[in-house]
Amino acid sequence: MAGPANWISQIAAVTKFGLLSMPQRRGSVSAAAFGIAGVVAVLVGVLSIAAGFRNAMSASGSPDAALVLRSGADSEMVSGLGRPSTRIIADAPGVARTAAGPLASAELFVIISLPKISTGSDVNVPLRGVERAALLVRDKMKIVDGRMFDWGKNEVIVGLGAAREFSGLRVGDRIKVGRYDWPVVGVFTAGGGAAESEIWSDAAVLQAAYNRGDSFQSVYVRLKSPDSFNAFKDALTTDPRLSAEVMRQTDYFADQSTAVTKLITTLGYLIASLMAVGAVFGALNTMYSSVSARTREIATLRALGFGSGAVVVSVMLESVVLALLGGAIGAVLSYVVFNGFHTATMNWQSFSQITFSLAVTPQLLVQGVVWATLIGAIGGLFPAIRAARQPIAAALREL
Amino acid sequence: MKFAYLIWSNLRRKKTRTVLTLLSIVVAFILFGFLSAIKQALTGGVVLEGANRLIVRHKVSIIQLLPQSYQQRMQRIAGVAAATHQTWFGGIYQDPKNFFMQTPVVPEEFLDMHPEFVVPADQRKAWLETRTGAIVGRKTAERFNWKIGDKVPIKSTIWSQKDGSFLWTFDVVGFYDGRDKNTDTTALFFRYDYFDEARRPGWGKGQVGWYTIRVTDPSRAAEVAKLVDAEFENSSAETKTEPEGAFVQSWANQIGDIALITASILGAVFFTILLVTGNTISQSVRERTGELGVLKAIGFTNAQVLGLVLAESCLLALLGGIVGLGLAWFLTSRGDPTGGLLPLFFFPVHDVLIGVGLSLVLGLVTGLFPALQAMRLRVAEALRRI
Repeated sequence: MAGPANWISQIAAVTKFGLLSMPQRRGSVSAAAFGIAGVVAVLVGVLSIAAGFRNAMSASGSPDAALVLRSGADSEMVSGLGRPSTRIIADAPGVARTAAGPLASAELFVIISLPKISTGSDVNVPLRGVERAALLVRDKMKIVDGRMFDWGKNEVIVGLGAAREFSGLRVGDRIKVGRYDWPVVGVFTAGGGAAESEIWSDAAVLQAAYNRGDSFQSVYVRLKSPDSFNAFKDALTTDPRLSAEVMRQTDYFADQSTAVTKLITTLGYLIASLMAVGAVFGALNTMYSSVSARTREIATLRALGFGSGAVVVSVMLESVVLALLGGAIGAVLSYVVFNGFHTATMNWQSFSQITFSLAVTPQLLVQGVVWATLIGAIGGLFPAIRAARQPIAAALREL
Repeated sequence: MKFAYLIWSNLRRKKTRTVLTLLSIVVAFILFGFLSAIKQALTGGVVLEGANRLIVRHKVSIIQLLPQSYQQRMQRIAGVAAATHQTWFGGIYQDPKNFFMQTPVVPEEFLDMHPEFVVPADQRKAWLETRTGAIVGRKTAERFNWKIGDKVPIKSTIWSQKDGSFLWTFDVVGFYDGRDKNTDTTALFFRYDYFDEARRPGWGKGQVGWYTIRVTDPSRAAEVAKLVDAEFENSSAETKTEPEGAFVQSWANQIGDIALITASILGAVFFTILLVTGNTISQSVRERTGELGVLKAIGFTNAQVLGLVLAESCLLALLGGIVGLGLAWFLTSRGDPTGGLLPLFFFPVHDVLIGVGLSLVLGLVTGLFPALQAMRLRVAEALRRI
């Protein structure tokens, strides 16, 4: 009987046939392709929100940086550490040092209400008081506009994301903190991390404005190396003078992003699956009509000796090609529309806004194409089986 | 009605296609149902919130506390019928994932202010008699299977007791139900007198999170809000007063553009599915040009042919729409798919009716073009195709 080469050429012949007849079935082919494009675009689009949020969070910490909170606190918002505690933390083993002292910054974290530019309604914007080491503790901190605030003065610098999303944060504007107006003197970037959503000022000045005495909420430290973390953590957790929660910044930020990413991914998958089911029906309809329009042609080929396997495979191939076409359109569309789109949402753990850019990652695009292929394969399978099972004699009689 | 059989036979002409089309319409409307439920959950009952209540918070941000003494000053302001306060407790029950709100309240004032929380009289009495007592919303009580008499340990992320412990234990003395479907029954309320007495001195004693005010005349609410803010102007804790609806809405807005992005993507997709369906319907009409010609040849009027085709598409769309909306209703009634993040997840009746309307529009729009073609068909030309 027929060898594999023959079989493949049979498939090629039938597939070519189907693909070339596509322009004649423009309406139903494009409807099915757009249906699948829609599924892929939505899947990738919604998941890109979660990916962007996660990116912003993971860009915030590096493995050789740690964060110390009060024991039991799950975010800076609810933490509290007095000056004696922050000193002990700064002097702990494993903390990197420069000539100016240990690379540790005791910080204050409060929120202020500012209107969001896109909606005009008040949102919680994080305001952070930092110490001199803050710039060295964090990677990639850079002033991109204006200048750094002067230590000891009521001045603030704002993250690029915050300046973009919330009103009244341009260099030269003034914000009201406590009873005073504080001028915005600069704009900074932080490698796309969470700090870009924040407003920064001198911790000592902020303490006074908020009647916080000499207390802080967190200490950010840079370690000598990522391996020094365990020694650092052990030293602090066994110290009887302290009750502290010590974590790597990477873990802390990953933890902060779970609630939001879970919400978005659950909803994203739920909706994309529903739509995928709808798109499967669309693909089935298209392929059934494609097959039934060619009943006679397929029967003729079968009468000439083409195998039913070749017919099945080629019908499915046609369907998958159609689906991939739709999937590619959807993927490109989602990339163009969503990638890099700036937005802001609530970070539930810290009760405040975080700004980020949507990220259409290669993995998401691959995932979209996989979904499209599956939809095409399922949508082609049943029509393919019907085409192959058609009794040849009856089909030819339709002539 | 005498053509009902004809319409029905037309639909059965290609059963696979009809069933597939019907199923894609069903899916589109299930999706519509989920969309409505998500929108409902994200904007959380803003619509029905009492128009006679105002929320007063610290001007700089919600995390800053207000003195408890403000209550008396507020009650003296003209137009204020009552004022009561709550404070964010930020408690964790067993695992941070088990999120629900807890706040200390003054029981009688609080229940009087919020008639939408329904507590049986005996449980209400028990609460007034038990200093460490708490009432729990039905949803949360069922979630953790709490019974009256249970002692519930909750670890606050903010408030410590005098001994420095962050662990607080409350006695469950009662449950509350929501008066309306969109009342959030996930919170736990406990007594402020117990809370204020037990919390560590120097950590916000005598200070509360925010106030709720009931106004005597809802139409004067904006005016009263201004009076309240004026009362505390230039003090160490200035206030911002806004209607409760706006306050809740601003929380929804904090989630922000995401709701907007999701809604607009989904709108586009709903449209795509409709496009697919419409195409199928018009294709099936095109295939029947010959038959329609015969109908006209034996005396069907133009209007009758038009009606016949439209009736077919509308029947299909309505059938799919109603089945889809029914399924969506059933699926969403099983509650929040995210496990606690969206407490107000349900499919509002108002949107079900919009859905039925949409399905009718779908039938008309998808049927209209083919129906007009069928109507304008010239008999001789159509018959030539047989």
